[in-house]
Amino acid sequence: MTDSLEQMIRHEGGRVLATLVRLTGDITIAEDAVQDAVIEALQRWPRVGIPDNPAAWLTTVARNRALDVLRREAKRTAKETDARLLGDVTLAMREHTSDSMVRDDLLRLIFTCCHPALSFEARTALALRTLCGMNTGEIAAVFLVPEPTMGQRISRAKKKIAMAHIPYRVPADHELPDRLPSVLGVIHAVVTAGHHPPEGLLGSRDDLAAEGVRLARLMHDLMPDEPECTGLLALSLASTARRNARINADGDVILMADQDRSMWKHGEITEATTLLDQAIHLRRPGPFQVQAAVACLHGLAPTFAETDWAQIASLYQTLERFTPTPVVRVNRSVAVAESAGPAAALALLDEIEPTTVHRWHLYWSTRGELLQRLGRTTDALDAFDRAADCSPSESDRRFLTKRRGQIARGRAHPSDELSPLVDRHPR
Amino acid sequence: MPRYAALIYGDAATETSGTPDDWAAVMAEYNDFGATAGAAGVLAGGEALQPTQTATTLHVQGGAKGGEVITTDGPFAETKEVLGGFYLIDAADLDEALHWAAQIPGAWHGRVEVRPVIDFNQGQ
Repeated sequence: MTDSLEQMIRHEGGRVLATLVRLTGDITIAEDAVQDAVIEALQRWPRVGIPDNPAAWLTTVARNRALDVLRREAKRTAKETDARLLGDVTLAMREHTSDSMVRDDLLRLIFTCCHPALSFEARTALALRTLCGMNTGEIAAVFLVPEPTMGQRISRAKKKIAMAHIPYRVPADHELPDRLPSVLGVIHAVVTAGHHPPEGLLGSRDDLAAEGVRLARLMHDLMPDEPECTGLLALSLASTARRNARINADGDVILMADQDRSMWKHGEITEATTLLDQAIHLRRPGPFQVQAAVACLHGLAPTFAETDWAQIASLYQTLERFTPTPVVRVNRSVAVAESAGPAAALALLDEIEPTTVHRWHLYWSTRGELLQRLGRTTDALDAFDRAADCSPSESDRRFLTKRRGQIARGRAHPSDELSPLVDRHPR
Repeated sequence: MPRYAALIYGDAATETSGTPDDWAAVMAEYNDFGATAGAAGVLAGGEALQPTQTATTLHVQGGAKGGEVITTDGPFAETKEVLGGFYLIDAADLDEALHWAAQIPGAWHGRVEVRPVIDFNQGQ
């Protein structure tokens, strides 16, 4: 069994699930049916070959399984409503599923799983499960929680979908301003959790980042006229294009200034730039388009020194109008440090309400770098100590220790830059 | 005759953790009350709500009708604002209920929490 076949079956499974949820009106029944079909495919296809239309094959098998379950339920409960439902479903099951129906089914599934009436964690977990085919254990590992906790979270979310009657449909245009950010936020979180894993080494969850990029591409394909969908895809492509250059063989972080730019995926950066141009032409700016512009400017700079820091600083100022968070402010201060100097950057950091950032290691490390540049070595070392107290990931901890050592020995970083922050937007 | 709303508050932790027997015992108490107060002719209506996990809260931004709707998961938990009234809305699904809830003036003057009512005919 090759990974790619398993992955292909999982991804097809997501599309099939979307159709099954519409047909049965029940996520759990649909999931079980698709799960059975996937297991059968995993056993059969390596022996007899992949069918011409894998999705149609999976859909047929899953439909039959779902019908079996519904028939058994109807017999067991002998309820009139169940019998009627079975009749409806049997009729619906005979339909031919066209591409445009699959497209609508996928959008329905995405908007239902990412309904703002569900908590952010629940939305992300459901999306990973239904759209990426991840199991509860794999999702628990992403969130760093025990598997039973995640299982409970998922079952509560499904229960809420059923009890509160969260509908299985694509929102109307006037509902999109409320509903679309709730979907895109989930996808962005998946990319971020993969690209900058909260635990372990950079690069250890590139598979998850790739799933996020796939979901971003799916949303862009499904809603090509929504510039924020396109912006999110551009952002995801441009930031993950640097994945292979940011860590050395020992797992140590390589700052953007020191990265071998020939290792960047320039094809992905070019695609991101083209996508961003398309999005901007729709003339409805939004936070993902602005962040994509920052990521593209980094990607297009031939060298670190030639990066357009002034424009990046002004983009972050724009981003602050959409999302006035401390994270955006810290990123803006990094760009300001490069374009206008450390004093101006430190002034921006001083305006942040301290309680909102005092547990965030990248705030302290940025502050430390700025203080070091201003010649305030003792204050800089204090800031790095605070950073180390914030339980950073393994990669970040190693980097912070090394950097603190350099400052303590009175050495500036060779390129004198502080870009570890750039492109990080944890929520 | 004046009409009063009696709003029933309970411990969120025990809301879902009870056994079917616990649930049956509490229901028996409520049935007692319903029979007594019903016979006295003082009950104008009432409903039981699904647990707080099923709640959705919305707010209309900008302090006026038609502003952007912000939907969040969970019950309304701000203690400095207090319950001022309620409507029962018959809607096909949560989105339709939220559509109507967003037009209640409380949605822009404060917050509106939307929670499904238990349909005892369907079981829970």
